[in-house]
Amino acid sequence: MIDTALWIALALFSAAVALNFYRAVIGPSLPDRILAVDTMYMNSIALIVLFGIWLGSKDYFEAALLIAMLGFVSTIAVCKYLLRGDIIE
Amino acid sequence: MLDSILEGVIALTLIAGGAFAFIGSLGLTHLKDFYMRLHGPSKTTTLGVGCTLIGSLIYFSLREGPVIQELLITVFAFITAPVSSHMLAKSALHHKLKPDPRTRGNPIELQSERPKHTLEEEPQGDSPLP
Amino acid sequence: MIPPTRWLPMPVLSLLLLLVWLLLQHSISPGQWILGGVLAIVIPLVARPFWERQPTIKRPLKLIHYVLRVLKDIVVANLQVSRLILDPRGRMRPAFVEYPLTLKENFSITVLASTITMTPGTVSAHLRLDGKTLLIHALDVGDIQALIDEIHERYERPLMEIFES
Repeated sequence: MIDTALWIALALFSAAVALNFYRAVIGPSLPDRILAVDTMYMNSIALIVLFGIWLGSKDYFEAALLIAMLGFVSTIAVCKYLLRGDIIE
Repeated sequence: MLDSILEGVIALTLIAGGAFAFIGSLGLTHLKDFYMRLHGPSKTTTLGVGCTLIGSLIYFSLREGPVIQELLITVFAFITAPVSSHMLAKSALHHKLKPDPRTRGNPIELQSERPKHTLEEEPQGDSPLP
Repeated sequence: MIPPTRWLPMPVLSLLLLLVWLLLQHSISPGQWILGGVLAIVIPLVARPFWERQPTIKRPLKLIHYVLRVLKDIVVANLQVSRLILDPRGRMRPAFVEYPLTLKENFSITVLASTITMTPGTVSAHLRLDGKTLLIHALDVGDIQALIDEIHERYERPLMEIFES
């Protein structure tokens, strides 16, 4: 049962990443693209965790944590850049 | 018996997480203007990823004894998602992205005669260039 | 809640640091307790100048009640937003709402803004410079005044009691 659910979840998350990529490519404005990339970060965290379940290994947890932190910090940094023009004031 | 119930719960959280994340991304692709698109990822995708992490937590607890590390990522995601969506909305207002014509309310931030630098604090003093 | 002392200027932060350390190491051996304890004392002492005034939690029980309520509302709000996104006719009534704040402190305003973003079909977009108005974008709202009243009753008043009263 878990295997089937795992495949369904993997398919759904992959489709979500594809949709995000589409928005990042066409997105008419810069905030749109940043939003799409931020969402892609979140979805890839879930993909990595699902991959860890598939392989039966807990070690992917740390990669997911790192991606979560990097995604948040980079989103905030780019937003700051859009607001002011300087990343570091 | 208990194991099969827990397996059902794991399967449910995984599928629900995937469905929520997919709907969030669908909203990101389909909605009309940026401010509406912001709703999908900031709420739905966060809950989707949270569900998946909880599912993984139960799965590994079932296999190898109690594991609660995944809770860290979940809490982190739920704390940071509102902050980054607030910053994104702020930068969209700063760039004066046009909202959908059906949107009611015309905030002063979107009206055109405002000078620059009003969303952040005013620039202070002479910038100390070397 | 816990009174700060000279060596523990931020007791809640220290507790959280110790907890996160143990979770990250995934072990509760004595060595990890000692290492985590040292970090939990040293990091707040070093980082103290960066922090603004600490919020004081006046009613811990109310805080737990508030967190549970927000968790429930997150699920409800997600179902609501999913329904709106999947609705093929796309009947939405988006609106910008100016929410008048009564909270005063930065920390509680932050918590309120995050709650608003996570819960009832709304995203907090901008805090005006005077700190008295929060600009909110709502996805589907019929009566704007009703939305403001609901946020005030459901989220702002408990936060007021927990952090500021």
